[in-house]
Amino acid sequence: MEGLLTQPFLTALLFGAVTAGVPLLLAGLGEQISEKAGVLNIGIEGMMLFGAYTGFVAAYYTGSFTLGFIGGGIGGAVVALIVMLLCIRFGLNQIVIGIAVTIGFEGLTALLHYFQFSRTYPRLDAAPLLAIPGLSAIPVIGPGLFNHNAVVYLAVTLVGVFTWMFRSTYVGLNLEAAGNKPAALDAAGVSVIKTRAMAVLSTGFLAGLGGAYLANVGAGLFVPMMTGGAGFIGIVLAMLARGKPVWVLLGAALFGCSLSMTTALQVAGVNVPTDVVQMLPFAMVMLVLVIFARHSVLPPALGLPYVRGDRG
Amino acid sequence: MSAEAETLPGQLPGGDKLKEIGAHIARVLIPVLLALIMGGIILLILGKDPLAYYGYVAKRGLLTWGGLQETFTRMAPLLLIGAGLIVAFRAGIWNLGGDGQFLLAAVITSATAPVLVGTLPDIIVLPLCMLLSIATGALWSVIPALLKARYGINEIITSMMMSFLGTSFANVLIKLLFWDPATTVPQTRTLPVEDRLPRLGDSTVHSGILIALAVIILVHLMMTRTAFGLKLQVVGANPAAAIHAGLNVSWLTIATFAISAGLIGLGGSVEILGVFGTVRADWNPAYGLLVVPLVFLARFNGFGTIGFVFFFSALMIGGDSAARRIGVPNHFVLVLVALLLIFLAVVEYLDHIRRKKAR
Repeated sequence: MEGLLTQPFLTALLFGAVTAGVPLLLAGLGEQISEKAGVLNIGIEGMMLFGAYTGFVAAYYTGSFTLGFIGGGIGGAVVALIVMLLCIRFGLNQIVIGIAVTIGFEGLTALLHYFQFSRTYPRLDAAPLLAIPGLSAIPVIGPGLFNHNAVVYLAVTLVGVFTWMFRSTYVGLNLEAAGNKPAALDAAGVSVIKTRAMAVLSTGFLAGLGGAYLANVGAGLFVPMMTGGAGFIGIVLAMLARGKPVWVLLGAALFGCSLSMTTALQVAGVNVPTDVVQMLPFAMVMLVLVIFARHSVLPPALGLPYVRGDRG
Repeated sequence: MSAEAETLPGQLPGGDKLKEIGAHIARVLIPVLLALIMGGIILLILGKDPLAYYGYVAKRGLLTWGGLQETFTRMAPLLLIGAGLIVAFRAGIWNLGGDGQFLLAAVITSATAPVLVGTLPDIIVLPLCMLLSIATGALWSVIPALLKARYGINEIITSMMMSFLGTSFANVLIKLLFWDPATTVPQTRTLPVEDRLPRLGDSTVHSGILIALAVIILVHLMMTRTAFGLKLQVVGANPAAAIHAGLNVSWLTIATFAISAGLIGLGGSVEILGVFGTVRADWNPAYGLLVVPLVFLARFNGFGTIGFVFFFSALMIGGDSAARRIGVPNHFVLVLVALLLIFLAVVEYLDHIRRKKAR
């Protein structure tokens, strides 16, 4: 077991934690925006998966990772457009449509992949890394945390941006009002529908970007159903974060570590069945929920369509 | 999306009744047709002939005796899952953790049945395994139920998390505890064919379908005709009112979850006792979410669910062989299910607007 504490092992552990955590962070941040605005976005899994697919295809055919990430974000936003139209514009049941979107894009991406690549799974080249000068030279932590793809830094920066946006801008205030007291927002002359629509589209873009990162950087390929519940973990992160982006970051780091830890243990020769590895993040979610159950907070108008003039 | 509006009978004068029944049928048929048409368009885009696909699916799933028997066999687990969902949905609880409950119950069944058949007669073993599987399913729902009952934590997320956990845990159980030493691929011991659920007459359909039909009808009657069912419906329709009416909502939530998950577990058990006799690692038919739209289409009505499960089973059986024959992976069925859900919601919305205007 002493071999576990060597420098390369710890570096790999940190590096893996970041790689595994970033898709969750993006999904969690995205979901947080929706939830703030009063939309329970169960379809985020479908958005991630479609983003993973479009992101992979874009990167595969253009050879550009940047275009891949943009493609992923747009893919996620396209799915969000469906949710926006059905749930926000028409006020259909958010849970039903969310399930439909998740199942539907599981099926659709698997179909598209089959018709395009048959049963092969082509790989992308390794994603470009951006070492932060100075910091990346620190032993262990440097190569583990400060030598990643640019999307990682973007995601972490977003945490700061969103914190500022929620706290000190009208956009943040409107979002919060749309989830807490939509009628008040309406009375103040701001469209609830538009506010929520923008929130859902942003969620879609972020989830899609997370999916593209998962496929293009994390795995280097696209496999049907590859998100495997990452979107749902994102929902849990948003639920537990109580509207604070920093907590999403901490949660994502925690889950990233647990994912990376088990993979690293296997590499180090500790014999754990892969199924135990797969259980870990979900067991962690349940554990966190059980412990912090009373602290998770959701806006009062969550999941309810806004109809002007309805009481409530 | 609520059933209450439809379950209040006798509000309309007799003349409008026929019209109302017509509207009912239209509300159900239109989403199905739209989903099939939209699915056909997707097939066209992918370069496949939709008519050939649907024709083949119908022929294989409905019009050949062999296919029809497979369809009936497939109905058994789906009906039991449907029964479980009806209980939960009518009580306003989203038990979306069906896959984990189903699989764990299946694993427990396949771990116990082959061991017990040597010592006890089949007539005791089979029901015993079913009871065990019901308990297993129910047990797997306890955490989401408690979190919902005590802290009001959204059960959609927690039941799904437990489902992911359960599907992996089922594999762990097979690999670490119940691995049949005689096999190289991890799987449980196999229940001999002669000890499985007896078949109906000369057919290949096992008697699990009778259990499933009986259960779903009983569930329907329980929800619509008994005081307990009525209590659950009140909780589902308006939890605040239920509290004011003196109902113990926490307890009813836990009971609902247990019954729902127990029935879904029974579905897993019946599938093993009737069809497979063993569970292989990584086996996961993922029926849980697929039955959701069927139950919605049937408006949480047990008899309606039987009809839709029949239709859907034929689609699945036909789709499976179309995957090999026509080269459309059966993931297409997922797309159809999603379209069905979306069009169902849209039609319901339009209908809602029509009624509002009529008033």
